[in-house]
Amino acid sequence: MIKMAKADYERILAHARSEAPVEACGLIAGTTDGVNKDIKKVYILTNTDHAEEHFTLDPKEQLAAVKDMRANGLVPLGNWHSHPVSPSRPSEEDKRLAFDSKASYLILSLMDKDAPVLNSFHIEGTDAYKEELVIE
Amino acid sequence: MTITVAGVKKEVADGLTVAQLVIDENVETPQYVTVTINDEFVESGQFEETIIKDGDSIEFLYFMGGGQ
Repeated sequence: MIKMAKADYERILAHARSEAPVEACGLIAGTTDGVNKDIKKVYILTNTDHAEEHFTLDPKEQLAAVKDMRANGLVPLGNWHSHPVSPSRPSEEDKRLAFDSKASYLILSLMDKDAPVLNSFHIEGTDAYKEELVIE
Repeated sequence: MTITVAGVKKEVADGLTVAQLVIDENVETPQYVTVTINDEFVESGQFEETIIKDGDSIEFLYFMGGGQ
C-alpha cells in the first residue's frame, strides 16, 4: 500500500493539467517499512522531452531532488507522470524504461478531464502490478 | 582515499575510475545511469577515463522516463 496526501495529489493534478497536452512528471519520496510506503514529498520536475507522448526527468533537477530527499531523511519511492489522453496504466515504453522493480510508478490519467485517475504500479520486466493507493 | 557515494563516505583505492566504481557499487543497468562528481555530470563515454579524486562526492542517477 502507498499513501499520498490529498494536497500532494491536488498539486500534481494541477500541474499535469497546466502542462497538458504535454506529459508532466516528477518524483516521490517518503518513508517505507519495506512493504508500505508513505509519500512525504512530491517533486515536480521538468519533462525534458516536452512531448505529448514521452517524458524524461531533467537530470539536474533529479540530482537536486535526490539531495533534498537525503537532507530531509526521505528515501526515493518512485516517480509519477501524466497520461494526458490515455488511461492510467503503464505503456509498453513505461515498462521498458522502468528499471527499479521496488519503485512505485504513479500514472495520472487526464483522459476524462472531469474524472482524473491516479494509479500506482510496480513494474517487473513486461509485467505491471497495480498497488493499493490511498489518498487522504 | 575517502570519497562519498550517494551520501555515504567510503574508503577506496587511489586511481579508481568511474567505470570501476560502477562495477564495485553493483549498479544495475549502468547504460541507463548518469554519474555526477561534485555535481558535475560525467559524459557516459568518459567513465573509463575519469579518475575519482580524494574527497569527491559521487551520485548515480537512474534514467527515468516513459511515454503513453
